[in-house]
Amino acid sequence: MGGAVTLAALLAVPAEAGALSPGDWAGVIAAARAEQLLGALACRLSGIAVPERAGAILHDARDMAAESRRAALWQAEMARRVLAPLGVPVVLLKGTAFVAGGLAAGQGRMIGDLDLLVPRAALADVERALLAAGWEWAKPDAYDDVYYRRWMHELPPLLHRDRDRLIDVHHTILPPTARITPDAEALLEGARPLGNGLSIPAPEDMVVHAAIHLLADGDLAGGLRNLWDIDRLLFEFGEEDGAFWSRLRARGALHQAGGVVARAVRLSHALFATAVPDDWRGGRASDAWFRRRLLARDEWGRETRAATRAAFYVRSHWMRMPPPLLARHLAIKAWKRVVPARS
Amino acid sequence: MKHQFAMRVGPVGYRIGSAWRAPVEQLAALYAGYPGADVPDFTVRLGPPSPWRRWLRPAVALAGDFTLPDTAPLPLAHALLAAEMGMNLQVALGHRRHLLLHAAAVERGGRAIVMTGESGAGKSTLATLLGARGWRFMGDEFVLLDPATGMIHAFPRLVSLKNRAIAAVAAALPDARFGPLLTGTPKGDIRHLVPDARAVAAMDDPAMPALLLFPRFGEAAAVRAVAAGEAFVRLTQASTNYVALGERGFDTLTRFARDVPKVAVDYPDGEAAIAQVEALWAAL
Repeated sequence: MGGAVTLAALLAVPAEAGALSPGDWAGVIAAARAEQLLGALACRLSGIAVPERAGAILHDARDMAAESRRAALWQAEMARRVLAPLGVPVVLLKGTAFVAGGLAAGQGRMIGDLDLLVPRAALADVERALLAAGWEWAKPDAYDDVYYRRWMHELPPLLHRDRDRLIDVHHTILPPTARITPDAEALLEGARPLGNGLSIPAPEDMVVHAAIHLLADGDLAGGLRNLWDIDRLLFEFGEEDGAFWSRLRARGALHQAGGVVARAVRLSHALFATAVPDDWRGGRASDAWFRRRLLARDEWGRETRAATRAAFYVRSHWMRMPPPLLARHLAIKAWKRVVPARS
Repeated sequence: MKHQFAMRVGPVGYRIGSAWRAPVEQLAALYAGYPGADVPDFTVRLGPPSPWRRWLRPAVALAGDFTLPDTAPLPLAHALLAAEMGMNLQVALGHRRHLLLHAAAVERGGRAIVMTGESGAGKSTLATLLGARGWRFMGDEFVLLDPATGMIHAFPRLVSLKNRAIAAVAAALPDARFGPLLTGTPKGDIRHLVPDARAVAAMDDPAMPALLLFPRFGEAAAVRAVAAGEAFVRLTQASTNYVALGERGFDTLTRFARDVPKVAVDYPDGEAAIAQVEALWAAL
């Protein structure tokens, strides 16, 4: 037993809280903080009897998440005011979309950057409008800038000079160099308007994006939080609409992410006991590696299983770019570390 | 982790894990009079920055629930300083039950003086000296302002004395308990002072703030009233969680800055400062 294992068990079955010793609580809280899941855990445990000191910590975590939500919605509003005159579709992604849509996945969630999706053709106008309204480049490095523009699915991150918050403007949800190519136009077309000029992706697209974000766009660091997003989305959408699961299957295929979505659903079912239809169950042997990676956090909040993490780190680069590009990118990065930029 | 220690300072419970025995033994000795923490609010980890640095030129990397990027490891001999920095950092970045002010405080008759200023202004020394003259020491690093009541809560962690203050306080408090002298730290020489038994025994008793001071050491004695607006702006700089608390932080701070008398005090030495503070207190 350890931090992340107990944390996942508690998120899956909140009633287990009654069985925890004070020492278990210390471990769960440290692991949850490290995985950015303390707010979500606190919301999940609402109404469940917990020791007094643990209750105070969970109360603070809910308070922190409420403030995070408020700040995220304010950042979205600030961007909306700047982008509305352009008349282009602006789709909120990830955490901001969850709270703007009032979804269960937004409850207790910590939200850092504002992630937006806009049509690729509108990218230059969006960039110009944001720069004129006080956003500045967060990484003023010529190579990084060129790299983002040539190979990435988003503009280099922009930081607002007064509010100190990052905005990531995406034109699609994976780098063009990645092995799979989601359909960005379909994401924009399927988006659901919020009534204020912004929109959020269709339910199935939100799950597909969360699955891609978890399994096809990184080394799974902090992945438990992304998997919890998936559990909450599946829980909410699966419950309210019987046709959801077949639409999810079709949408996953459209975005070339059928396998990724299927694995995300299996992992969510395995770690969080998410209710999923029979034909989405059934494990793959390789799922064990992902479970091992997702739970690599001990009761002191430390990362464990260094070899597994290293393997997933290599995998993440392998998936995102073809080997020659990867080699070139790493060589330039290494060179820039050895020879600091000459002014 | 292999070695661990838990204690509570004011409303904040800590769990400190260490890869070495010595830092935990030092902490346990210095915090002997403090209560334990069954479910700690924060975890601090004292471990090597890389596996071999546990044995070879052993060094302590600062880690815990909340961390700052690019903090340099400290030699194992300075582990107590690392623990203290780690504990402060957790509160600064993670505590939300109160508005935090980077300040010292002392209490008499249920009413408190809050002293704020940048490092070197003499907050710690002044609070410690007042603690030796019948005032209750409430803390020298953070003052915890309660959004619901406007009262302040004590945070009497070990007092971190630096450089010249070490000898000055040792002379004023000959019977006090001190930690080991840490020489050549990034902040110069440091020696920790254990707050007196009264400060620890009464640490759960809040006090109503009655006077806010902006002390400044090394100047000719002078006293100047500070307007609420100036105090508010200076306190936003002195608070680590003002922004994180949102509207609650704004309401708490504006009320404090408006309602409490505010005075800037320049003082040439400790004795003069004590006389100035007592005179201001008597005039309230």
